[in-house]
Amino acid sequence: MAIFVDQNTKVVVQGLTGSQGRFYGLRNRAYGTQVVAGTNPKKAGTDVEGIPVYASVADAVSEAGANTTFIIVPSAFAADAIMEAAEGGVGFIVCVTEHIPMHDQARVYNLLQRDFPNTRLLGPNCAGIISPGKCNIGFNPPEVAKEGSIGIVSRSGTLAYQSTYELTRKGLGQSSVVGIGGDPVPGTSFIDCLQAFEADPETKGVIMIGEIGGTQEEEAADYIKANMTKPVVAYIAGVTAPAGRKMGHAGAIVTGNKGTAAGKMKALEAAGAVVAQNPTQLGDLMEQALKG
Amino acid sequence: MDLFEYQGKQYFARFDISVPTGDIARTVDEVVTLANSIGYPVVIKAQVQVGGRGKAGGIKIANNAEEARFHAGNILGMSIKGHVVHMVWVERASDIAEEYYVSFTLDRSAKQYLGMLSARGGIDIEQVAEQDPGAIQIIHINPVDGLTADTARAWVAAAGLNPIAVDQTVALVQKLYRAFTDGDADLVEINPMILSKDGRVYALDAKVSLDDSAAGRHPEWDAFGVVTVAAGDEREKLAKEKGLQYIGLDGSVGIIANGAGLAMSTLDTVKQVGGSAANFLDIGGGANAEVVTNALTVINTDPNVKVILINIFGGITRGDEVARGIVEGIKNVQLRAPLVIRIDGTNAVEGRAILKQHESDQVISEETMLSAARRAVAIAEGK
Repeated sequence: MAIFVDQNTKVVVQGLTGSQGRFYGLRNRAYGTQVVAGTNPKKAGTDVEGIPVYASVADAVSEAGANTTFIIVPSAFAADAIMEAAEGGVGFIVCVTEHIPMHDQARVYNLLQRDFPNTRLLGPNCAGIISPGKCNIGFNPPEVAKEGSIGIVSRSGTLAYQSTYELTRKGLGQSSVVGIGGDPVPGTSFIDCLQAFEADPETKGVIMIGEIGGTQEEEAADYIKANMTKPVVAYIAGVTAPAGRKMGHAGAIVTGNKGTAAGKMKALEAAGAVVAQNPTQLGDLMEQALKG
Repeated sequence: MDLFEYQGKQYFARFDISVPTGDIARTVDEVVTLANSIGYPVVIKAQVQVGGRGKAGGIKIANNAEEARFHAGNILGMSIKGHVVHMVWVERASDIAEEYYVSFTLDRSAKQYLGMLSARGGIDIEQVAEQDPGAIQIIHINPVDGLTADTARAWVAAAGLNPIAVDQTVALVQKLYRAFTDGDADLVEINPMILSKDGRVYALDAKVSLDDSAAGRHPEWDAFGVVTVAAGDEREKLAKEKGLQYIGLDGSVGIIANGAGLAMSTLDTVKQVGGSAANFLDIGGGANAEVVTNALTVINTDPNVKVILINIFGGITRGDEVARGIVEGIKNVQLRAPLVIRIDGTNAVEGRAILKQHESDQVISEETMLSAARRAVAIAEGK
């Protein structure tokens, strides 16, 4: 088992005919992911290295059996692409596109909630998801992943790869590695992932990687305290971030005492999670937590 | 992008939100000329992006040209919490009857918009929120539904404003909502929004933060950007010119990493092993030789830097691209400090192979993030 994607996931790539979409679509397929279609209304009927291109997501669903989409299109088109995917009938939408305006994100999120409550959006501005040995959608470098029983959920992409690597070095494989992204209105939250990992019989422990800004980590801490029976090892980036400065991610904004790394670490510790001081410790701490 | 007050007022005016008549001035003579044409009394307000201007003496009323000259002379060039005043906004002084507060922003937990309205404006709203939360009327707005006229009316009615102010406020908050959504702002805030003695409601201040991700569909924002850059430090100015996500700090370990999360984590790890970072620099996804060269160029201008730590984990960014970029950078930039490099992830093996040919006491490879941080800090401390 794994969460959200597995060997039965059939992926359509919105943006397959672009240079980035082609690179990652083909790379994901080379890993063994079932990449069954791409979309581009102007190039319908053609193919990219044998992957058929359709005019729309709806066509990719009916013709190629796609049940998941990988959106890798420029930010100006991303909000429409998400709505097209939901209307086209896929159940899981992975959107890696960055710089989608906040108001577009807020509108799309609430439209999905209202009209497509069973459709899950991961992202935007996320690294994607890999269930090692089964399916890889997005930017995750599969070289460092290994099939196993630890779930990873991270706002930051590079810190997700980093922690995957630290676990693999310790011989600890992963059930799924989920990048939820650092944008203001993420489709999937820490809590969504914790809930899915808790319910997944294959997952034995969870690594959670947060960062400064927002209150998602604090909310996740409440959830961990009330609902998680599996060990959680957490890491929060941004301890040394100067107050009041934006450090790249739209979400990583610190104002006053709210959303600081120290506050988040404290909340997670109080909730029973093990808190690492740097990513290199994650493997050891998870190993210890599993021995419990 | 945070706007100065005067830019915020110009921005509000585009959405038909009333603001006092005024303009910007950069010299004492300009202030006096402007004040004479506006008519006294005028308010002279320092244009800096920091709170507490009034307490610092950055906001003054002038009743005649002599007073205008005196206050302008004091305010222009003064430093408010480290921000030097280069400009002032001069506007006709208002006869204030009451002061209110209104704002719109995103509630990230609720994933909806949050409107706040209070009859107790003009002072620190966070204090009001703490001491008397009931004095702030909060409204959540679903972005799909928007702010309807009925909802706006009910919200304003609940805030307990002077009855004279209600109709005008209902109209103003709907305009402000459009300035927030159609305008692509992350935050719009008016503190104070006033009721004047002659019964008019308008914005006496303007705090606007625009969503950088929406800049592509707002060419008119270019005019704002020029001024904002001039406010930063020299290193940040250069970085911005080169399109880099850079924040200057005061330590001795220059940092280059890919991804905001990894960059923050690199800063933390450097501190944990006893060092201090000279900067935050995220070269982001898809970094190539040009980006790495630019990053090295910017860090090279920092005299405090004793070592540069490059921490790359390949996902979007491929390790071989970064390695080629570093090799180019060494050729293009006369580096003043040694490099400690750690590359992992996509094409890391290829990347390390490229670097191997260039390794020396100035170009050092390390395996883990922790060991790379330790090595860099040791070099910075001369060990």
